[in-house]
Amino acid sequence: MIALKEKITSLVPAAAFDEAAIPTVTVAASEYKQLAQQLRNDADLQFNYLLCMTGMDFGDSLGVVILLESTTHLHQIYVKTVTADRENPYIPSVSDIWDTARINEREVFDFFGIRFTGHPDMRRLFLRNDWVGYPLRKDYDAGEALNPVPTENEDIRDTTLTYEALPDGAIAARERTVFESEEYVVNVGPQHPATHGVLHFRVSLEGETVKKVDVNCGYIHRGIEKLCEKLTYPQTLGYTDRLDYLGSHQNRHALCMCIEEALGLEIPDRVKYIRTIMDELQRLSSHLLFWSCLCMDLGALTAFFYGFRDREKVLNMMEETTGGRLIQNYNVIGGVSADIHPNLVSRIKEFLTYLPPMLKEYRDVFTGNVIAQQRMKGIGVLDTATAISYGVTGPSGRASGWACDTRKRKPYAAYDKVEFKEAVRTEGDSFARYLVRIDEIEQSLHILEQLVDNIPEGDYAVKTKPVIKLPEGCFFKSVEASRGEFGVYIESRGDKNPYRMKFRSPCLPLVDVVDMLSRDGKIADLIAIGGTLDYVVPDIDR
Amino acid sequence: MKYEDFKDNEALEQLRASGTNIIMGSLDKLIDWGRSNSLWPLTFATSCCGIEYMAVGAARYDFSRFGFEVTRASPRQSDFIMVAGTIVHKMAPVLKRLYDQMAEPKYVIAMGACAISGGPFKDSYHVVNGVDTIIPVDVYMPGCPPRPEALLYALMQLQRKVKVEKFFGGVNRKEKKPEITQVID
Amino acid sequence: MFDFSVVTKWVDDLLNGILSPTWATFIEFVLIGVCILTAYAVIALALIYIERKVCAFFQCRLGPNRVGPFGLLQSVADMFKMLIKEIIDIKHNDKFLFNLAPYVVIAASVLAFGCIPFGKGLHILDFNIGIFFLIAVSSIGVVGILLAGWSSNNKYSLIGAMRSGAQMISYELSIGLSILTIVIFAGSMQLSTIVESQANGWFLFRGHIPALIAFLVYLVAGTAETNRGPFDLPEADSELTAGYHTEYSGMHFGFFYLAEYLNLFIVAAVASTLFLGGWMPLHIPGWDGFNQIMDYIPSPLWFLGKTAVMIFIMMWFKWTFPRLRIDQLLRLEWKYLLPINLINLVLMVIIVVFKIHF
Repeated sequence: MIALKEKITSLVPAAAFDEAAIPTVTVAASEYKQLAQQLRNDADLQFNYLLCMTGMDFGDSLGVVILLESTTHLHQIYVKTVTADRENPYIPSVSDIWDTARINEREVFDFFGIRFTGHPDMRRLFLRNDWVGYPLRKDYDAGEALNPVPTENEDIRDTTLTYEALPDGAIAARERTVFESEEYVVNVGPQHPATHGVLHFRVSLEGETVKKVDVNCGYIHRGIEKLCEKLTYPQTLGYTDRLDYLGSHQNRHALCMCIEEALGLEIPDRVKYIRTIMDELQRLSSHLLFWSCLCMDLGALTAFFYGFRDREKVLNMMEETTGGRLIQNYNVIGGVSADIHPNLVSRIKEFLTYLPPMLKEYRDVFTGNVIAQQRMKGIGVLDTATAISYGVTGPSGRASGWACDTRKRKPYAAYDKVEFKEAVRTEGDSFARYLVRIDEIEQSLHILEQLVDNIPEGDYAVKTKPVIKLPEGCFFKSVEASRGEFGVYIESRGDKNPYRMKFRSPCLPLVDVVDMLSRDGKIADLIAIGGTLDYVVPDIDR
Repeated sequence: MKYEDFKDNEALEQLRASGTNIIMGSLDKLIDWGRSNSLWPLTFATSCCGIEYMAVGAARYDFSRFGFEVTRASPRQSDFIMVAGTIVHKMAPVLKRLYDQMAEPKYVIAMGACAISGGPFKDSYHVVNGVDTIIPVDVYMPGCPPRPEALLYALMQLQRKVKVEKFFGGVNRKEKKPEITQVID
Repeated sequence: MFDFSVVTKWVDDLLNGILSPTWATFIEFVLIGVCILTAYAVIALALIYIERKVCAFFQCRLGPNRVGPFGLLQSVADMFKMLIKEIIDIKHNDKFLFNLAPYVVIAASVLAFGCIPFGKGLHILDFNIGIFFLIAVSSIGVVGILLAGWSSNNKYSLIGAMRSGAQMISYELSIGLSILTIVIFAGSMQLSTIVESQANGWFLFRGHIPALIAFLVYLVAGTAETNRGPFDLPEADSELTAGYHTEYSGMHFGFFYLAEYLNLFIVAAVASTLFLGGWMPLHIPGWDGFNQIMDYIPSPLWFLGKTAVMIFIMMWFKWTFPRLRIDQLLRLEWKYLLPINLINLVLMVIIVVFKIHF
C-alpha cells in the first residue's frame, strides 16, 4: 500500500491519495490521462484491467471514477477525476488505454453528458438520440413532459461525433461516419430470435460476410441505477434480481456483501454456506439455459428441450427454499430471508447423481456432433490480452486463457473452504467458450458435493437495525456471476439511501467484443459468437 | 381442464349470448374453433418473463399440447404477441410497429407486472407504465414473473375470448384501414 | 394384388358411354384435379400433425393433444385459422411477383405430386420420361422462392432467397445424379416400369454398393432440397427470422408452409419408388408362400408405409442435427457429394454392363 502511494505520488505529484481498503487517487482532468497511462504501463503497477467505470454527479461538479485492477499484482485502485463545468463538461478519454473504456465512456456520456475528448464514437449508448437531458444527473427532472413516450421510430444516425482537445485548450468536434451510404446494413434486432432479448445489431454485410457490427443497446434500459438512489438499501435489493435474471441470486449476493462490508456486519457461517450453495445452483441453471439456447441458435432444437428438462430440476430445488423460480429474492442484508427447506440437502444429493449422465447425453447430442464443432471451432477467437483490455470476464474470459474467476482471486462466502478447478482454456474460440461452461457445470456439482453435508448450524440471518445507514465513502464488492464479474459500487454520503449505486455489468463488455469477433465471418458465425458469449440483455442495459 | 369448468368470467358469456343467424352462427363457431386452437405466438421477449415463457415452451409445461408451439419469428405469421417483460421508451415504437406488422386477427397478452403497469420500475424515467398505453391488451397476467401455470391459464383465457368472437356478424375486431393523407415515395 | 386400373378403366368407360369423348375427358380432368388437390391437402395436414407429434416425442414432450382425439384435428384448426387470416398488403414491394410467388411454389409441388405412383394402376402422369419430368417440375419451386425473396423488398427475405437459390441449384445436381444412377440400373425413365422391375427385389438390395451410395446421397440431397433441417438455412429462424417468407401472411404463407411438407412427402415418395420398390410388396425370390402373403397387403399401403419410414428418417435428421453454415453446406455438395456421385455413376455403369447384379 505504502509502495503504491509512493509510486503514484512520484508519478503525479498533484494527485490526492486517499488510503482505504481500496485506495483512491484524485486528479485534475488535465492530468487524468497521463496518470492513467502510467498506471497501465508502469511495470510495478500494471493496472491492465478496467473493472468498473462510474460516472458521478457530485452536485457541483461532474466526474468519473474508474476502478482499476492489475491481473499480475492483483491490487486495486480508484482513480477519480472531476470537471466543474456542468454545461460543457470535457474529460480526456482513456479508450485507447483500455478498450472497455470505449463503451463505458459512451454510457457515462449518455447518463451524465460528459464528453470524452479523443473518444472515437461519442453517441448515446442506451437512450434515443432525441432524448432531452442526462438522466443520472441529480438535477434531471424525470417528468413525462420532458421526455414523453415516443410514438415514432428512432431515426438512427449513421454518423457520430468525436471531440478533440486542441493544444490551445479549445475543443474541436469532428463528424465521423459509422456506415457509408452504399453499405448493405441489416438490422438484427431489436426483435430477433437470436439476440437473446431486445438487442439491436446493425450489421453491414457483403453477401453473407459480416463487415461491421454496430451495437445499439437500451431497448430494455430501465434506469435501475437512478431508481436505487431514491430507495433505502434494503429496497434496492429487489432490482439486482432483475438485472441478470439468470444470476439473480449472485447479483443480490454482491449487493448484500457490499452493504454488509460497509456496515462491518459479521455474517454467520451458515449463511455463507447457504449463499454459496444457492450461487452454484444458480450457476447450474444459468449454464444449462446457456446450453439450451446455444443449441437452439445453432439449429439443434431438440437439445434445447433436454437442457430445459434438467434446468427445471434445479429450479425445483431453489423454489422449495426461496419460493421463486426465476427471481429469488432470497438474500437479505445480514443473511437470507428464510432457512433452507429440509428437503434441500437430499434433493441436491439426488441431483448430483442425476446430472452427470445427462452431461454425457449432452456430449453425445451436441458437443460431439461434427456440424456443431465446425460451427464453433476457430470462430470468434479472442486472445488473452484483448480479453483483459475489453474486460471480458467469466467463462468467456477464461476461454481466452485469462484466469479471472472472482471465486479464486478474491474468495468470498464459502469459496475459500471448498476445492474446485478453475476451468481455463487457451483457444479463445467459440468452442472453448462452450466447453468452459460445460466444465463449470461439473465444477459446480463438485462444489455442491463438498458443501451439502457440511452446512454448519446457526442463524440464517443476523439482526440488523431497522434503518440501515452506510458510513460515508465508496464501497465496491464483486462476485463471480454466471457470466462474469458482477460488481456493485456504492457511493454513500451517510444517508439511508445511496448517493450513487452502480452495477458493474459482466455482459456489457461481452456485447462490446461482438463487433471485433464477428468481422469477416458469416452471418451464421455472428449467431454462434453471440450464443457462446451468452449475454443477457437486461444486464447490459440495466 | 374442460371449457365448462371455467366459471370465472361472466362477461364473456354475455358476449356470446347476444344471438345470431344460425348459419352464420355455426360458421362463426367453426372459425372461432380454428382460431382459438391455433394461436401462434410471436418470438418476442424483453426481459425476465421471457425465460418463463421459454420454460412454458419446454418439456415440463409444454404449451404445444394446446397447439401454441408454432412460435413464429416473423410478426406477419403470428397470431398473438406475448409482451414478456418491461417496455421502455426506446422499445415502445418498436413494439407498436411489431403489433402493426401482425396480420388480423391479432391478440396481445401482457405478461408480468412490468407489462401491465411498469411494475417495480414504474417510477423510472425510461419505462412505459403499462403496455396498454401503446397497444390494446386482451389478457393481463400478473406476477413478477408469472409462473408457467399462470401463463397457460392466460393462454386459455385468450382462447375463451377468441371463442366468443364473431367473424361474420356482430363484433369484429378488424381495424379500419388508416386513411392515407400523405403519399410518401 | 388388386390393380387400380380396373377402377379407373370403369370410370373412363362409364363417362365415355354417356358423354361425348371431349366432355368425358374434361370431366376426368376435373375429377383428377379434385382428387389430387384433396390428397395434397390431406397429406400436408397429416404431415404437419405427424411432424409436431414426432418432434414432441423426440423432445420428451407430448405434442398437440387437446384438439380432437390425440390432437388429431390440430392442423385442421390451423388451416381454418390460416384461411381467414389477413393477407397483408405491403408497401414498396413488387405486387405482382409478390402475389405470384406462393402459387409458383405450390404449383411446382402439385405437378411433382402428380407423377408419383401411389399403387398398382394408381398414378396420374405416367409416361416414358416420367423421372425427367418430375425433376424438371420440382425445380420450378426454387423460382417461386427466389421471386418471394426478391419481391418482398426485405433484406432478410433476399438473403434467404439467395441462400435457397444457391442451395437448391447445388443439391439438384446430386439428386439428379443419384436418380440417374437408378435410371441406368433400371434402364427406363418411366416410373411404372421402374416399380415393375423391382418385383423380384428392391433396387436398394439388388443394386449392390452403388445403389446404396446413391440412396444415401439422395437422402442427404433430398433433405437439402426440401429446405429442412439441418439444411434449413433459407428460413433459419435464429438468423433470418423466417427467411424468404418473412413478409408473407395468411394463406400465402400457408402455401409455403404446405408446399414445404408436400415436398418432404414427394422426396420421400420418390426415394421409396426408386430404391424401395414403390408400391411393390417385399418379395424374396424362392419364398413363394411369403411372397403371396405379402401380396395380400394392398399396394397403396406398401407405398405409404415405405414413404412414412422415409419421412420419419428425414424428421429424425431435422430434430437431431444443428444447422450448417452456408459455406459448409456448399462445400458438402461440391467437394464431397458431387465427386462421390460421379464415381458412383461410373460404378453403376460397370455393374450394369457386366451384369454383376442380383
